[in-house]
Amino acid sequence: MYEIIEKEELGASIKLIKIQAPLVAAKALAGQFVILRVHEEGERIPVTIADFDRAEGTITCVFQEVGRTTKELGTFEAGDCLKDFVGPLGVPSHIQNYGRVACVGGGVGVAPVYPIARALKEAGNEIISIIGARTKDLIFWEDRMRAVSDELLAATDDGSYGRKGFVTDLLKEIIEDKGIDLCLAIGPLPMMRAVSDLTRRYGVKTVVSINTLMVDGTGMCGCCRVTVGGETRFTCVDGPEFDGHEVDFIELARRSAVYKTQEKVSLDLYEEKGPRHDHQCRCGGEE
Amino acid sequence: MAAENAKKAIIPQKNPMPAQDPVIRAGNFNEVALGYSEEAVIAEAERCIQCKNAPCRQGCPVDIDIPAFIKKVAERDFAGSAQKLKETNALPAVCGRVCPQENQCEKYCTLGKKYEPVAIGRIERYVADRELAAGVKLPATASSTGKKVAIVGSGPAGLTCAADLAKLGHKVTIFEALHIAGGVLMYGIPEFRLPKSVVQAEIDNLKKLGVDIQVNAIVGKFSTIDELMENGYDAVFLGTGAGLPNFMRIPGENACGVYSANEFLTRSNLMQAYRFPETDTPIFVGKRVAVLGGGNVAMDAARTALRLGAQESWIVYRRSRVELPARFEEVEHAEEEGVKFQFLTNPTRILYNDDYWVTGMECLRYELGEPDASGRRSPVPVKGSEFILEVDTMVVAIGTGPNPLIPKTTPDLAVNRRGNITADPETCATSKPGVYAGGDVVTGAATVILAMGAGRTAARSIHKYLLGID
Ligand SMILES: Cc1cc2nc3c(=O)[nH]c(=O)nc-3n(C[C@H](O)[C@H](O)[C@H](O)COP(=O)(O)OP(=O)(O)OC[C@H]3O[C@@H](n4cnc5c(N)ncnc54)[C@H](O)[C@@H]3O)c2cc1C
Ligand SMILES: Cc1cc2nc3c(=O)[nH]c(=O)nc-3n(C[C@H](O)[C@H](O)[C@H](O)COP(=O)(O)OP(=O)(O)OC[C@H]3O[C@@H](n4cnc5c(N)ncnc54)[C@H](O)[C@@H]3O)c2cc1C
Ligand code: SF4
Ligand code: SF4
Ligand code: FES
Repeated sequence: MYEIIEKEELGASIKLIKIQAPLVAAKALAGQFVILRVHEEGERIPVTIADFDRAEGTITCVFQEVGRTTKELGTFEAGDCLKDFVGPLGVPSHIQNYGRVACVGGGVGVAPVYPIARALKEAGNEIISIIGARTKDLIFWEDRMRAVSDELLAATDDGSYGRKGFVTDLLKEIIEDKGIDLCLAIGPLPMMRAVSDLTRRYGVKTVVSINTLMVDGTGMCGCCRVTVGGETRFTCVDGPEFDGHEVDFIELARRSAVYKTQEKVSLDLYEEKGPRHDHQCRCGGEE
Repeated sequence: MAAENAKKAIIPQKNPMPAQDPVIRAGNFNEVALGYSEEAVIAEAERCIQCKNAPCRQGCPVDIDIPAFIKKVAERDFAGSAQKLKETNALPAVCGRVCPQENQCEKYCTLGKKYEPVAIGRIERYVADRELAAGVKLPATASSTGKKVAIVGSGPAGLTCAADLAKLGHKVTIFEALHIAGGVLMYGIPEFRLPKSVVQAEIDNLKKLGVDIQVNAIVGKFSTIDELMENGYDAVFLGTGAGLPNFMRIPGENACGVYSANEFLTRSNLMQAYRFPETDTPIFVGKRVAVLGGGNVAMDAARTALRLGAQESWIVYRRSRVELPARFEEVEHAEEEGVKFQFLTNPTRILYNDDYWVTGMECLRYELGEPDASGRRSPVPVKGSEFILEVDTMVVAIGTGPNPLIPKTTPDLAVNRRGNITADPETCATSKPGVYAGGDVVTGAATVILAMGAGRTAARSIHKYLLGID
């Protein structure tokens, strides 16, 4: 059992949990993720490590409620426990001094960008961060991002905060104004695709962190396969970061939608019946 | 008793195994083979003529004293029989169900020369089930040696090694990557062949022996082998299996609806997707399913597909029926349930629609040519024989390889060119002092009982290594 020791609402349907998991925290690096299960009948879902504290032995995750599991996870409070929590998974971000790096986070993608931006900053890079969301309510961690950036820009689709428009608009200006040596983009698939299309035109190397469906997260099932540069790769062990110019985003989008029908069935059942279990503090209980 | 039996006329056939009706069972996940009754098991035990030289034993990779455990059944001493089994086999309820007995113990049975062999596996299963139901008497454990052993992987190799070492008085911790222990027994072999409650009962017994099982613990991620050894483990056993799925590397293989057998079976078994939406993990099965391959894994996938509602489930295999590597009994069960076969057929390309969903596969017919290195005649494609098999779900079951994670994070661990960890077959010792390996990670995908045999050999070597015995 893995205890949640802190919970925070960051925005509409975006939540933060800090989990006691000393073994994962001891090894976690920027760019890696965990797989968790909320209860005995639960699905294994991948979530990025948004922060870690080795001394305290904790991992911070930020998630968006989109379906059955994330909604149920949203009902967990400090003191409740997750059934399973395993990691750190995936290849850590490659950190070096590139020069000037644009760190682009869209929506909940700001969370996974943060530890990478911090590591890149510590490695001596100049960091220009661009955070974007549909609307003001979905902007979070601006303070944290600012703390690890030389410059921070924000955009919302509806103009309720920062610039009205897309992160790509801001990115384009920066590339044209001063140029960048690397672009890191994490967010919804269409955003990563748009960023990659833009940077390709300018020949700027771009790293994206992709969200495929997963089961085990150890290379055992092949559920997470994605085509990168014409070759099949397993996101959980070869990624989750790949060269944005090489990723087959169309295949990725199609494969992410395989269980659309079942996801709806599962969510409807949840909306009707509520959480499967009373998960109130079972830590220290059985096992 | 034995003398009496020998005089009695030999009953030529095995006592039949009661099974669920094929039509009914193809629609549920309950166990297919129901197990012997007490009368049947005694009758079967009495068929054994108690051969002095016991040729059956040479076919058992863990060298069970077969006549002895069968004799106790004939004497109705079921507890004593279970004790006998447990002397060499930590998981008899599992082996009695999934061992390929026809190629092992039963193959060498004296009766088998003229009649059907004694149904050793079925008797073993009965004795083990009866013991599990009655509550297992724990074997005596030696006093603590103060030595600590880390076991990586909780498949049959790891579980057996752990049991033996615990009995010898060592402190054993198993690290398992998944959230449930058992390896392929939990995630691969379906409920209808090996009920998960049987596996978990065996694992509970292991815990009672004092073995600590840490799930959600991937060695190579939370800790390397070297770090385990720096942190107080005196020896390590690697039983990480062969979990990496092979794909065909043909166009269209990433289309939606194309699964590896590992994914398909893991969703269904480990994640219990067959109970969806009572459980949260989904699985997709369309109307027509094709499974590529001809081993136990392929049979399990094809039979699972039927149970998940497929109207047609095909096995597509590039050789002919006689070369099928699956157990005969499994092929027979699959056929009874309605699985269909396309022999001498192999796909060249996977077809899909605008939504990227699989719609069929383009296949070539084959004929058998000259025998290859393995002695089997290798299939050669027939020119111009292309045809299309329409399917909406595909499962690729063409074998697995070892996961590279541990070798990658353990530089001084030697592997062969296929990536299998190199280990001495006599001792299971690897190139790294104090580190032993066995099971599928060494041999490539094999059998439960061979993995257990390796776990046992490794335990013996580790014990000697820890106590400094030559
Ligand atoms: C490496 C990795 C890191 C991730 N990190 C985070 C994170 O930090 N925060 C976060 O909120 N989410 C993250 N995700 C996505 C998260 O795993 C999914 O949102 C979650 O599995 C949805 O489960 P559900 O039951 O709530 O929704 P479902 O009912 O399963 O799905 C609802 C919707 O989400 C989409 N979806 C489902 N699973 C995934 C998935 N694995 N990846 C992307 N979309 C998916 C579906 O297509 C559907 O549109 C990550 C995914 C991966 C692969
Ligand atoms: C579908 C299917 C059907 C089969 N049917 C039969 C049958 O009928 N009869 C038969 O005899 N054999 C059968 N087999 C083969 C048999 O199951 C295997 O040979 C046997 O399980 C191998 O045992 P093992 O202990 O070596 O590895 P596995 O059972 O593969 O166990 C390895 C375990 O190690 C874990 N692991 C891997 N890497 C790490 C790591 N880095 N850290 C921590 N844990 C790790 C894995 O998660 C897994 O749980 C079948 C196999 C499959 C897939
Ligand atoms: S363990 Fe397997 S091979 Fe050995 S006696 Fe039992 S069924 Fe036969
Ligand atoms: S060979 Fe057959 S008959 Fe002889 S002891 Fe073994 S099981 Fe019994
Ligand atoms: S999630 Fe199973 S191989 Fe990547």
